[in-house]
Amino acid sequence: MKFTPVSPPNTGPSINRPPVSGSFLMLSVTALAVFFMPGIAHARDKIHIVGSSTVYPFATTVAEEFGNTTDFASPIVESSGTGGGLKLFCSGVGDDFPDIANASRAIKDSERGQCEKNGVKDVTEIKIGYDGIVLANAKKSFQFDLTKEQIFNALAKKVVKDGALVANPYKNWNEIDPSLPAEKIEVYGPPTTSGTRDAFVELVMEKACVGLAEFKAAFPDDDARKKECHLIREDGHYIEAGENDNLIVQKLRSNEHALGIFGYSFLEQNADAVHGAKISGVAPAYAAIADGSYSISRPLFIYVKNAHIGSVPGLAEFAEEFVSEKAAGDEGYLAVKGLISLPKAELVEMEKRVAALSSAAKSN
Amino acid sequence: MLKRTGRQARLVLRRIQKNKNPFVFSYGVTPAQKWIAGRKRREKQFKFFGFISIALSALFLGSLILNILGNGYSAFTRVQLYIPIEFSKEILDPEGTNDPAVLSKADYRKLVRNGLLYLFPADMPRAQKFELYALVSKAGYYQLCEMVINDPSLVGRRGELWLPAASNVDMFIKRHSLKSEIGISHYKVSTRQFSMLKELIDKERLRKVFNRQFFTGGDSQEPEQAGILGSFIGSLFTIFVCIAVAFPLGVATALYLEEFAKENWLTDLIEININNLAAVPSIIYGLLGLSIYINILGMPRSSTLVGGLVLALLVMPVIVIATRNALRAVPHSVRYAALAMGANPVQVAMHHTFIYALPGIMTGVILSIARALGETSPLLLIGMVAFLTDIPKTITDPATTLPVQVYLWTNNPEFGFVENTAAAIIVLLFVLVVINALAAWVRQRFEIKW
Repeated sequence: MKFTPVSPPNTGPSINRPPVSGSFLMLSVTALAVFFMPGIAHARDKIHIVGSSTVYPFATTVAEEFGNTTDFASPIVESSGTGGGLKLFCSGVGDDFPDIANASRAIKDSERGQCEKNGVKDVTEIKIGYDGIVLANAKKSFQFDLTKEQIFNALAKKVVKDGALVANPYKNWNEIDPSLPAEKIEVYGPPTTSGTRDAFVELVMEKACVGLAEFKAAFPDDDARKKECHLIREDGHYIEAGENDNLIVQKLRSNEHALGIFGYSFLEQNADAVHGAKISGVAPAYAAIADGSYSISRPLFIYVKNAHIGSVPGLAEFAEEFVSEKAAGDEGYLAVKGLISLPKAELVEMEKRVAALSSAAKSN
Repeated sequence: MLKRTGRQARLVLRRIQKNKNPFVFSYGVTPAQKWIAGRKRREKQFKFFGFISIALSALFLGSLILNILGNGYSAFTRVQLYIPIEFSKEILDPEGTNDPAVLSKADYRKLVRNGLLYLFPADMPRAQKFELYALVSKAGYYQLCEMVINDPSLVGRRGELWLPAASNVDMFIKRHSLKSEIGISHYKVSTRQFSMLKELIDKERLRKVFNRQFFTGGDSQEPEQAGILGSFIGSLFTIFVCIAVAFPLGVATALYLEEFAKENWLTDLIEININNLAAVPSIIYGLLGLSIYINILGMPRSSTLVGGLVLALLVMPVIVIATRNALRAVPHSVRYAALAMGANPVQVAMHHTFIYALPGIMTGVILSIARALGETSPLLLIGMVAFLTDIPKTITDPATTLPVQVYLWTNNPEFGFVENTAAAIIVLLFVLVVINALAAWVRQRFEIKW
């Protein structure tokens, strides 16, 4: 729609000029100012933490306690997953990059390489405790007692049957072992993007499978065999239930025939409705995970960027709080949240490691 | 079905062509009667399916809202316990320094524990004592600490105070009939704790109050301590930045395209792109924001500034389209009249067309605010999904928004977060209803009918 003026343009001020156009112009100016603001320099007064969603509840609890009991501000904790967190962490040194990465597995060599490439030379690894992975079902039904081999047979894509490698034929538990109930195999678990899934396949599937002669014959290369062992069946007996462990627990409450795979802290919080399967006779309990007799557990870590100590206020103190007896000890507030604490000697070792960090900062 | 209709209709038509009355037939039911009966039946079926689909959607919506209200209503009240507290000098500040640093490090847990032991003086084993201590929330310690820091003269005095109950006790008192022990394990309340609570109720040392903390606090890992103010302010800041950028840019784009631009392939291309942008999945805008605002322009991660700018990209096409439709609805006679009075094209556009289109534009803007308020996925990528206990003060502070808070709370294992999540959803829905009602009111009140 175009208009050509029929009279010479009126350049004088109009009498009934509506106020809107003025404020509209002002708004535009503010908007443009905001839009084209150059990179805003910001000095940071808060610790920035990224990483694993498994460590998230523990890191946030420490962060809150830290903010409440010290003069430092509460750290920012982002839940980005272990891989995503380490990627951000390793992107560089300076105010724009996180100070701590939470991880539900140890850092990989490739990630260390990435770190070094971007100038993140010194990283301190701190083990904060253990997390058990449980297979649980509704309390109303049978408490399972499984071996890793049985779990592998129930969930793997390929299994060994009568000396041959076949696509998993098992539909009911009692087909695997007559002592198990005659119920359909139905397991809710995390999807491939989850750290819990990574840990589960490594700790259970791989352990039960890499030694099998038939797998060795079919996949002589170690890496290829591991990959093959990690595969979980996709024919409806294993159901991916999303990253949210609460959803899996809800499913178990409503479906008593199903099993679910999730972290130990969720078992503890829902102990009125679900119970964990024993693994080779050992039930998932705090003490059993702590002393290692319950075998499906993994260490949790935080990684601290040494270069940031001293420049980000409170970083060393935060790391100290994380490994203090009050937090990570076996009667500490993280144990209440479901973290399995480190054995005494190991915790002392971690405390020393952090103390070395902060004293290095003070001498700088 | 359709084929038969066709045949019936053809029979009727043939009789009309033969100049015979289609409704009078030599035998039984005429084709016309069959035709009409069939049509009526299909009409009824259509209405029936329409009714069923409305009833189903009402059922889904109703059960969703009932579920949320049922889970969330209890979050608006809190259970408190009346505990005698002695701000003993030996525990808080044995050397009498009055130094805030000393006072903030003191063991406030002990004050609460002593108070509880005073209420239950009977000698009990260690494990039982811990069950007693577990009745009071950790938030109570922080509350005492804050009181003493604000008023150091409290040290050495004693008094009775309402302190928040622990999350499971809170849920238990609010949701359990308290008549029998059935179901207490669901709330992780032990038999002994149950009898202690009964005693507190009998002594009138337990009350339910309005949950102010929920509306005035930031996020917390303790369900009884967690509040939505931080994320609510985050949402406000985000929307402010979003509209401050998207409104002028979007309206100016629409005004220019509609009133001034020549119609050629370039403006056509821009128009097509704007229409397509409105349908781009929102996560893509998050990626764009991450790479441009954070990585290139170096704006602070997790801040409402970046969040608002990302959402501005998201709602700008919507605003452009709404504004263009509103401008198009203004009749040409208005423009011609203004031109005839000697206004130049800019004056015509700014003083007349724009003003008349403003109600329509405002409706579009308010609805896009509602859309921006509910977005979560683009904010994931720019670091706004984070745990923050502090309330943001400026637009460069890290913050979350209401829907992100809901998402974060659903991932927590603690039972108490179920009610917090539902209550946050109630608040979010309430805000959205208010915004949509506002849009409807603006449309009703200011719309000009030509």
